[in-house]
Amino acid sequence: MSAALQNLVNQPYKHGFVTDIETDSVPKGLSEDVIRHISKKKSEPEWLLEFRLSAYRHWLTMEEPVWANVSYPKIDFQDIIYFTQPKPKKQLASMDEVDPELRRTFEKLGVPLHEQKMMTGVAVDVIFDSVSVTTTYKAKLAEIGIIFCSFSEAVHEYPELVRQYLGSVVPSGDNYYAALNSAVFTDGSFCFIPKGTKCPMDLSTYFRINTEGSGQFERTLIIAEEGSSVCYLEGCTAPQFDTNQLHAAVVELVALDNADIKYSTVQNWYAGDENGKGGIFNFVTKRGLCKGVNSKISWTQVETGSAITWKYPSCVLLGDNSSGEFYSVALTNHLQQADTGTKMIHIGKNTRSKIISKGISAGRSSNSYRGLVKVGSRATGARNYSQCDSMLIGDRCAANTFPTIDVQNTTATIEHEASTSKIGEDQMFFFAQRGIGSEEAISMIINGFCKDVFVHLPMEFAVEATKLLGLKLEGSVG
Amino acid sequence: MINKESRILLEVKNLKAEVAGVEILKGVDLTIRAGEVHAIMGINGSGKSTFSKVLAGHPDYTVTGGSATFEGRDLFALAAEERARAGLFLAFQYPVEIPGVSNSALLRLAYNTLQLDRGLEELDPLEFDDLVQEKIKVVEMNPSFLGRSVNEGFSGGEKKRNEILQMAVLEPKLAILDETDSGLDIDALRIVAKGVNSLLSSDNAVVMVTHYQRLLNYIVPDYVHVMDGGRIVRTGGKELALELEARGYDWLRAAA
Ligand SMILES: Nc1ncnc2c1ncn2[C@@H]1O[C@H](COP(=O)(O)OP(=O)(O)O)[C@@H](O)[C@H]1O
Ligand SMILES: [Mg+2]
Repeated sequence: MSAALQNLVNQPYKHGFVTDIETDSVPKGLSEDVIRHISKKKSEPEWLLEFRLSAYRHWLTMEEPVWANVSYPKIDFQDIIYFTQPKPKKQLASMDEVDPELRRTFEKLGVPLHEQKMMTGVAVDVIFDSVSVTTTYKAKLAEIGIIFCSFSEAVHEYPELVRQYLGSVVPSGDNYYAALNSAVFTDGSFCFIPKGTKCPMDLSTYFRINTEGSGQFERTLIIAEEGSSVCYLEGCTAPQFDTNQLHAAVVELVALDNADIKYSTVQNWYAGDENGKGGIFNFVTKRGLCKGVNSKISWTQVETGSAITWKYPSCVLLGDNSSGEFYSVALTNHLQQADTGTKMIHIGKNTRSKIISKGISAGRSSNSYRGLVKVGSRATGARNYSQCDSMLIGDRCAANTFPTIDVQNTTATIEHEASTSKIGEDQMFFFAQRGIGSEEAISMIINGFCKDVFVHLPMEFAVEATKLLGLKLEGSVG
Repeated sequence: MINKESRILLEVKNLKAEVAGVEILKGVDLTIRAGEVHAIMGINGSGKSTFSKVLAGHPDYTVTGGSATFEGRDLFALAAEERARAGLFLAFQYPVEIPGVSNSALLRLAYNTLQLDRGLEELDPLEFDDLVQEKIKVVEMNPSFLGRSVNEGFSGGEKKRNEILQMAVLEPKLAILDETDSGLDIDALRIVAKGVNSLLSSDNAVVMVTHYQRLLNYIVPDYVHVMDGGRIVRTGGKELALELEARGYDWLRAAA
């Protein structure tokens, strides 16, 4: 491989900066006292403290999973700050009152907030570290009964809803990281779409990790009642740090009869430098429950960041005729490691699922697809279609697929297709010979490769994602 | 058509080049003027593809000596894409497949890149479609090929025709066709030849790299060069190709 071919990867991380805002943190480390402290700081009801403590006790009995195709130095869970909060500011009436430092951060990130969002009709629930700083559009959404707020606010304003659904999709002891999250989560988003309501705009949250050394444990809960529908967008980016940052979010989706939830993510966390130093560890549990008949949950993700990604957005297809979809682009470069995929659990009759996974590996990275399609004995007429495509850029990266199929009903139809293609110097030379420069060539190849996924993203996300992938791959092919 | 008065498109002098540390081209001289048709023949491994790729700027090959100018500009000072934009076109011996990128998208991007480079208007997809529908007739390809991924699942002959389609759209000043004829049946050969002939003018030139006299019956060369051991060892008119067909290459190699 030529030097030119190796150069492209070394684009410095654009969003690498630390915002200087005073924070109010608990000391490092985890114990029942720390959990009580978090719960108290957040003035939580007793049942929630109990939820946390029981998760913590469960977590203590669990082992960190090792089955994923990733390797990293052992995490010292006592070396993490479990709670940080920007110093309380007075109640904000408008964006103008938001800390200018924070506003500059958003500007640098290119987060199109407030005015821009008003025009495009997107409500933004901004998470800054662990506390929601501002929520726009809430009032307007409230008029039609939609709740879109920070998780903490929901705990206080809608405790019954939270109590009813929290942990109903991802039980507190589900897995090591979900248990950890359940014990120490500090904030996140809450959405509730009432019966028969179509959410008139995409709900969007921009996440941002700040404060060196702090873990980030977000909790998102989205409930779509009978006949309702919602599109939720999650976008992430983080500053450049030298120490690895653990991120273990939990996202729970619940779709009742005839409800429809579409959840889209573009993830661009700091992935470490070209030698793999620094970068986010992203161990996420995302799961949707198609509880009602004819319900539908669709996950679309574009994963480009993190040093390590461990993430399997899943659908539990409980209601008859319910359907689950997973559209994923996972890109790894340098020394990034991704082990991502989905689980489709068919329980109800005539349940359908569709999996389209596109893995792009460059540099010396490793990119694994891990999927489970499970059809239970009651799931008569279940159908699954899976397509897993890998693209290798250069010859030092790796791609793996680990599809597991477990069928206990003979009427099920399962289709699986897989392919691997390689972008090497000959393709790039072909483009060059037709007058097309390497950046445009890569963007064209990647777009082509990912188009089956991009079509499921909202327009502006698709544009953003396209740019992001191009940027991430700059220099990886000569 | 030979016209000693017409302008020089390409002038190569004593070109030496190596790949993976091995010298392959050992001093190639070649001058091509506008309006000319050249053929480069020679046994397998004699350096014909290497010569083509060195001219086009493939990164694997290192120029170690000599010079090449294209319309007076130092060719080796230009990046591969700049050479292409300057009007140098290479039809590949082994066209690559580009999964997920449609033929029409590729053609349009390539065309518009050229337009921009020349300070001309880009064409929108509809305008471009009008243009490409005309061009595709040149190679008698079914328009359905435009919607398919570049070369993916194409037969050998279809890939070669697709190269000529790209040539037809980009209208290069100098086209090098590296064994475009090999793997073509007689009908496809006729179509490709007709396509190339229709693109020829007094302003441009073509170099056909080939093993066989066959193609030269359809595209008649003004000059035939024989390459051996990384050099052009003999240059003649179209009769030379016939002579090679009859006598083989050995007599030349011995003479070289
Ligand atoms: N990328 C390469 N790496 C190593 N050797 C090469 C490479 N390309 C060409 N060669 C060698 O250069 C010589 C000329 O090859 P080529 O130019 O393809 O010949 P032709 O096109 O005349 O058949 C051969 O000996 C071939 O093995
Ligand atoms: Mg050859």
